[in-house]
Amino acid sequence: MMRSMAVRWGGPLVAGLLVAGAAQAATLDEVRGRDALRCGVNAAQPGFSALDDQDEYQGLDTEVCRAVAAAVLGDADKVQFIPLDSVERFVAIQSGEVDVLSRTTTWTSGRDTTLGLNFTGVSYYDGQAFMVASDLGVQSALALDGAAVCTQSGTTSELNLADYFRVNGMSYDAVVFDSPEQSIAGFEAGRCDVLSSDASQLYAQRMQLADPDSAVVLPEVISKEPLGPAVRQGDDQWFNIVKWSLFAMLNAEELGIDRDNVEAMRDSEDPDVARLLGRDGNYGEGMGLDADWAYRIIAQVGSYGEVFERNLGQASEFKIARGLNALWRDGGLHYAPPVR
Amino acid sequence: MTIRHEMIPERPAPIRTVGPIAWLRANLFSGPVNTLFTLVGLYLLYVLLAPTIQWAFINADWVGTSRDDCSREGACWVFVNARLGQFIYGLYPGSEIWRVNTVFASFAALIAWLAIPRLPAKRWVAIATLLAFPVFAYVMLYGGYFGLRVVETHRWGGLMLTLILAVVGMVAALPIGILLALGRRSQMPIVKSFCVVFIEFWRGVPLITILFMASVMLPLFMPTGVSVDRLLRALIGITLFQSAYMAEVIRGGLQAIPRGQEEAAAALGMNYWMRMGLIVLPQALKMMIPGIVNTFISLFKDTTLVMIIGLFDLLGIVQAALSDSRWLGFALEGYVFAAFMFWVFCFSMSRYSQYLERKLHTGHKR
Repeated sequence: MMRSMAVRWGGPLVAGLLVAGAAQAATLDEVRGRDALRCGVNAAQPGFSALDDQDEYQGLDTEVCRAVAAAVLGDADKVQFIPLDSVERFVAIQSGEVDVLSRTTTWTSGRDTTLGLNFTGVSYYDGQAFMVASDLGVQSALALDGAAVCTQSGTTSELNLADYFRVNGMSYDAVVFDSPEQSIAGFEAGRCDVLSSDASQLYAQRMQLADPDSAVVLPEVISKEPLGPAVRQGDDQWFNIVKWSLFAMLNAEELGIDRDNVEAMRDSEDPDVARLLGRDGNYGEGMGLDADWAYRIIAQVGSYGEVFERNLGQASEFKIARGLNALWRDGGLHYAPPVR
Repeated sequence: MTIRHEMIPERPAPIRTVGPIAWLRANLFSGPVNTLFTLVGLYLLYVLLAPTIQWAFINADWVGTSRDDCSREGACWVFVNARLGQFIYGLYPGSEIWRVNTVFASFAALIAWLAIPRLPAKRWVAIATLLAFPVFAYVMLYGGYFGLRVVETHRWGGLMLTLILAVVGMVAALPIGILLALGRRSQMPIVKSFCVVFIEFWRGVPLITILFMASVMLPLFMPTGVSVDRLLRALIGITLFQSAYMAEVIRGGLQAIPRGQEEAAAALGMNYWMRMGLIVLPQALKMMIPGIVNTFISLFKDTTLVMIIGLFDLLGIVQAALSDSRWLGFALEGYVFAAFMFWVFCFSMSRYSQYLERKLHTGHKR
């Protein structure tokens, strides 16, 4: 995710105040005692976490928390979503206000090592990309020499943009805006030929155009922004639960299990399926869960592929291609360790 | 020579001196320059208003259930319509909304009782409003007693939250502000310096910083697992901030009361609280109505800052709704709605304050 100035300055400041991960075990017991999982999310990030008109949070980030709740509490709806702003999120996870932080947070070494939190995996491989008007007929970002590029000030995307154009020996005119709303308005008004931002945000901005089909997102991704859930440092059991909840969804996709066929798959002879669904051995035991933990995740939330398509992919408004977020065997980066 | 014994009947004034035409001639077309300005003004109004009306009413879409029901040529009020419940009650469970309605209906009734001069028993109603009503409102809104389901504060939002923040801030800040103002004028050094430090500290820090401290720093000082409710943190922050402002407004009013008033009261044998409560404050507060209402209105609008600590006030919930993937691209409608709601409340407060001023007008009004 892009970081505003507030985060750049606020991060280290907050980090300095954090009392090195006050080792406090048994988040699991706390969550069970409360019978609700507290999940820190973004208040407004289309496709990742946003309020729908039924007062429910929807999006990829929220599904990760639902999966954890399904595994731990047996009910994917026992999640209390707490909207957090970009600086507050780290304090919220550190102080115990939330049990899981699933808020389009980029996994970086600085955050992982100094903020008293642990990233449990990558739920979405994001990165900076380009959007152009479709009538320009541009197929690749390498054809953008001399273009006027709209971007947001004070973000890492401004720097990435300069690097990318310099490395490829191209020139560009930067048209800088303060907020995503302004930059998409500038793009629509023709102030620039290209809009550059994180891909996840570009797809959402594209939907705000009067005619979304008038713009296309180019395939190039010029920066690494792996987004993932994080937990408080110092509770390894809880860390494992959140980590494996995500892995269970990825493994389910790999094994071809989804919400619709999970009942039938329970009778499968495939040893991998039997282990994941708890028919063969109890792989939840080490995390303090029962053998059906992964079954509940898949039955109530679904496989990663389903969740992706529902919130960001073809079944959603955004129609984001799987790209980097495909499984490893389909040319993407998602590779979950096996359950055994 | 003839003498008329009856009066000549009244005749209407010449058409050129009364009525709309005369008004137009006198005010809008009294000379070539005025006429020119009037025409230019009318043209500008037309240029600005015509597209606005076209957008907001004529081309607007009012009925429907999804974004596909909107033609996108004008405003899409379908978006606001579909989310009206959310904008007003936040995430408050639908089956419990009657509780919010009851609280606000009874609050409106109490205020109306206090505001309408003819109704009796003002004193008891005032005591009920200040003491019993907050308890009633808390029990109704939060629940947990009398079999009412608990609705945690993170589900509160929208206009309801804005009103709660504003009303609590106003009701709590006024008495604290009065005490601080009196304290600052006190002869007692400890009381005086405490009040000065308090006022200058809270007034010298931006509200956004206070809210930010309350949401980001405070949790770090608490034992892990113990957390003070976010809404409570915001309410305390807003009240402290607002009472410092209120104190200075009221102190301004106190300064304007001639010293002789207090001295005369002292000569009658009144003690400090009687002098203040019966002689000085009633005169000072009356003069301070515009200043106090000004502070209230600015507080009402400042409540939107709670957005940064993850509370969804009216503006916050509108913004959150803007990122629903099924309703992207209706920012203008959402913001226009929020602005309209804020305007309605601020304008009502302003009108009520003018009414109060007229009612209490006893020689100070200029």
